[in-house]
Order: sequence, then structure tokens, then C-alpha cells
Amino acid sequence: MAVSKLFQWLICLTSFLAVWLSYVLGLVQTKFSEEMNEIIIALPIYLLILFACVLLGMIGHRVATFNDCELASKELKEHIDAARQDLAKKGYKFASDWKS
Amino acid sequence: MADKNKYTVLLPTYEERANLPIIVWLLVKYLTESDYDFEIIIIDDGSPDGTLEAAKDLQRIYGEKKIVLRPREKKLGLGTAYMHGIKHATGNFILILDADMSHHPKFIPDFIKKQAEKNYDIVTGTRYVGTGGVYGWDLKRKLISRGANLITQILLRPGVSDLTGSFRLYKKEVLEKLITSCVSKGYTFQIEMIIRARQNNFTIAEVPITFVDRVYGESKLGGNEIVGFLKGILYLFATT
Repeated sequence: MAVSKLFQWLICLTSFLAVWLSYVLGLVQTKFSEEMNEIIIALPIYLLILFACVLLGMIGHRVATFNDCELASKELKEHIDAARQDLAKKGYKFASDWKS
Repeated sequence: MADKNKYTVLLPTYEERANLPIIVWLLVKYLTESDYDFEIIIIDDGSPDGTLEAAKDLQRIYGEKKIVLRPREKKLGLGTAYMHGIKHATGNFILILDADMSHHPKFIPDFIKKQAEKNYDIVTGTRYVGTGGVYGWDLKRKLISRGANLITQILLRPGVSDLTGSFRLYKKEVLEKLITSCVSKGYTFQIEMIIRARQNNFTIAEVPITFVDRVYGESKLGGNEIVGFLKGILYLFATT
């Protein structure tokens, strides 16, 4: 049976945290520069901000490019009129004619 | 007739007295024009507005072969309505669409041609790709739709661009199998159908559709729907 999506996320998250924490807590010896060190410590925050920005950008773009189907609505209205006329010809009793 | 396929349209209705004659007329028009063998099964859940009487009048006009009535006593949910309809379906393919005319039957030939391309198990309509789109939605509604869709895409990675759409063509046995394995209700029901289809390695294709928001009657999207949607997504996220 496949692994659930939740579990997949937890695996990715814990692997990242394991590597990051082992660096932050000094469990592994590295020779990064002082600037690099600062970046790595703040990395989770940076990634979160980046993720949020990408998400907002995507939603914005997708809302902006969401097609408005004016024509489809106009066409449907015409089809509804045509349907009503043809149905009336075929002897269909519309609800508005029920109670009189 | 070019092939021996038969298409059964399942039309669950509740208080669709005004829409039903029009949608049936459009279905008959487009399926007849393309020379497809078809039947329309109307499953009315005891609408107090007389939807069933309207359906009977349509049956009188189009005949009992084309219009099949399978009413139920009361509202019992979409999944069971489909199951109820399938039991009486004589087609090898099942078409599902909303009876409120937000889904235009003119797209049905597109679904059928797409299915035939690679013998897909499911063809589903998408509002988000190509010439697909919506009519009658304000910015807020579009934002909620796109936001909800993106969250779903990230959490569930379904490989289908429009999950909540309910304009679909299924092979009959595929639909039967999926419905019995689905537990969700409401919006998430349509999502779960796709997720379960993926789990079963069914093949899925998409065709662009336009969605014209309800002409008669109110469409519903409130706080309750959004909370229900999120709960449903999280359930699928944790369990599939």
C-alpha cells in the first residue's frame, strides 16, 4: 500500500530538520564562512517566506488569467430560449403554466 | 452507428423543475446530432417543487427508452444517487453533469472523442486549462476557487487540474468501483473520486469546459462549505 501524503511530507520535513539541526547544534564540523553560517541558520525562515511568495504569485497569476466566458453565457441564454420554444411546440407544460 | 458504445447520462436532481426540461433538451440535441446511442436517467430525490412531474412530462415527449425515471423518497446524497442510477444503466459509459445548466451538454462530444483517443477510463472537464473558464464569478469567488485548487494540488498532487468539477465521463465499471471506495461527501466527493482513480491506476484525461454559474436558483458557497472542504482535503491528505 502506498504511503500517505501526510507521511511523505513528514519524511521530507524531518530529513531537512535532521540535517539543519545537526548543523545548528554543532553536531557536524564544517568550515563555512560567517555569512554562510548566518544564512544557514535562518534558512527555514527564508524557505517559508519564499514558499509563501511563490504561492501568492501563483494564485494571483491564476486568478488574473481565469477565463471569463461571456460568450458561453450568451450562447446558453439563446439555447435556453430555443429549448423553451421547441419544448412548448412538443407540448411540454412549463411550470409557469401549471397553476392557473 | 460507428460504434456500439452506449452512453448513460445520470442526472441527480433536487428542486430543478425550471432547469430540467432545458438540460434534457440540450442533452438530447447534442447526443442525437452526434449520433450517439444514449439514455438519460433522472434520479429525483423527492423534490417538493414537482421536478418529478416535469421529468414525467419529458418522458412522455422523448419516450421511455431515452428518459428513464428512478426517483427516490428523499435526499440521500450524491454517491448513493449515482449508485442508484448505475443499477438501471444499460450503457457501457456513464456521463455525469449538474442539472442546473452550469455544465453545457455541447461539450459531451469532446469528452467522448477524448475518451476514444487512448481508451481512457475517465475524462473530466476542467475550468482551469486552455479554453476552459467560468462565467458569473466575482474576484472573491475566483480567489477562493483558485486558492482551494492550489492547496489541493500541493497537498494531494492528483495530476488533474480541476478536481471539484463534476462534469465527467466514466467507464461504467470504473465508476462503480470508485463510488464503493469513496467515503467523502459534498465537494470532496468529486476530489476523492479522482484520488481513488489514481490509486487504482485508472487513466484520466481532461477536456476544457466553460462553467456558467446557475441561471435559475442560488449557488451555494459559504463558510460551512469552505470548512467542510478543508476537512475533506485534510482527511484525504492524511489517509491517501
